Amino acid sequence: MLNQLVFENLKHRPLRTLLSAAAIAIEVAMILTLVGLSDGTLDESKRMRRGIGADIVVRPGSTSVMSFSGVTLPEKLVEYFQQQPDVEIATGSAAHGIPGGLMESASGVDLAKFSTMSDGLRFLSGGPFQAPKDIIVDERYARTKQLGVGSTLKLWDKNWNVCGVVEPGKLSRVFLPLPVVQELASAPGKLSQIYIKLKDPSRTDAVVKALKDNPQLGSYQVLSIDELASLFSIDGFPALRQFISVVIGLGVVVGFLVVLLSMYTAVLERTREIGILKSLGASPAYIMGILMRETLILSITGAVAGIVLSLVTQWTMNTFGGSALVQKMVPHWWPYTTLLAIAGALLGTLYPAMKAVRHDALEALSYD
Amino acid sequence: MPDTPPIIQVRDLRKVYQSGDVPVEALRGVSLDVRRGEFLAVVGPSGSGKSTLFHVLSGLTPATAGSVTIDGIGIAQLDEAGRTALRKDKVGIVFQKYNLLPTLTAEENIAIARHISGKDIAWGPAFQEVLKALGIENRLHHKPRAMSGGEQQRVAIARAIVNNPAILLADEPTGNLDTQNSEIVLSLLRELNQKTGQTILMITHNPEAAAYANRTIRMRDGLIAG
Repeated sequence: MLNQLVFENLKHRPLRTLLSAAAIAIEVAMILTLVGLSDGTLDESKRMRRGIGADIVVRPGSTSVMSFSGVTLPEKLVEYFQQQPDVEIATGSAAHGIPGGLMESASGVDLAKFSTMSDGLRFLSGGPFQAPKDIIVDERYARTKQLGVGSTLKLWDKNWNVCGVVEPGKLSRVFLPLPVVQELASAPGKLSQIYIKLKDPSRTDAVVKALKDNPQLGSYQVLSIDELASLFSIDGFPALRQFISVVIGLGVVVGFLVVLLSMYTAVLERTREIGILKSLGASPAYIMGILMRETLILSITGAVAGIVLSLVTQWTMNTFGGSALVQKMVPHWWPYTTLLAIAGALLGTLYPAMKAVRHDALEALSYD
Repeated sequence: MPDTPPIIQVRDLRKVYQSGDVPVEALRGVSLDVRRGEFLAVVGPSGSGKSTLFHVLSGLTPATAGSVTIDGIGIAQLDEAGRTALRKDKVGIVFQKYNLLPTLTAEENIAIARHISGKDIAWGPAFQEVLKALGIENRLHHKPRAMSGGEQQRVAIARAIVNNPAILLADEPTGNLDTQNSEIVLSLLRELNQKTGQTILMITHNPEAAAYANRTIRMRDGLIAG
């Protein structure tokens, strides 16, 4: 019976119901999109690092893991690492930021050595570099930029010929010959990172320790690939975690305010009906129950719509949003965001509900 | 039935309203007995205190002083929760403006009264007969906006008696109806009283309406005038 009354009340003012649910949906979608983006982008970065096939990475000291900038490692270090008894192969890459790209950079690689280490780039079309102006892109980059083999890509005011499109997941989305990037970065003979593949991967920790203990390498970061991958998590970026928390907080506040306003006007509008219920002997808990149920339905409907909306934003981001940001589905967040939306909405209903409960029955009945 | 206790017993009932800073004495010591099964009409001009008496008896407002007993329960000193329980269990109310919930059908408007009182919302064959007598058994699936004033008031009467209240209080039940519908509603109230023994206290300013009751009292200036 109560549910019937609640549904009829919601149907009675369809626009208000729709707007309230939409506000909650946006709140939920906003949270899921942000979390999906941060998780997706970090996971993709992690996958790309693992895709290199190296066991150890050597980086310049004091640089962020999200950054490839800083082409400062001497290239001769590659030779040094190559000569170590545990090392099967060592190679390096130089990164150069792509103008206008969000955290995007092109990687200069020694394609032959990189391919040996990473089991080779898997070409979906085209093939390796044939000329200095050749560029290889991954499938996602090609899709977002609408490129194919033979296309011309303009970067750094130069035209590049797309010679190959590869499967994503290995180091970078854009590859150039190593000397080309070194020249672009005005850093001949320098590298951004060095990758080391061991003959026996089970000796990774021992080799990392030995390299760290080597005073000649003191200013460089020496990380196992697992250590590097672990840095690509939300725990590795405290500021990002704080940012997400702030956005979640704002989302909940917006949901709270919209529901408060909506239920406040609903209570005002239904003053007489509340008086009628009171005249029939409805207790404060009964009246509060009606409003809380309405809110519950609104917030659950809004949360489900928000989840659907987040799938739409995921599709939009992954189709049109550039290649650097990857939004993934975060189903483990669905219950949290739904509970947050419900909690915020119920909190927003509390004041209007208290107001309804405190209405004097006689005054409420005379309200027109 | 002189030896049975009255179902409504009012003694020296006083009610003072605050109108801004000015206290207004609406009831100045009303005493009244209503026997079980009686159909009593309370008449009087505007401002005589009859509506205030209705509000106190229905538990919609507390008394300032005096005692009121309804079916053995002293209500004058009841708090809000107690008066809410009184409306749920003992008193059925019919208002001049029908006061049906606009989003519910007639049937749901009646059923919600049962739900509030904690009863199964389905009613038995006896009440179905009452609905037939009220002439609304074929209008139950309509919402108030699709019903005439007379039909709405008959639904309101059905809602008021669906929980078998000790007393049925009606405040100007024909005040918004035309003559024909007024006669139908008043006849139904009289029939209800005669056939089921339902105690009814009806507030009206209309002597013709009062004539349907089996006793009439007059109020003037917050007192029973005769």
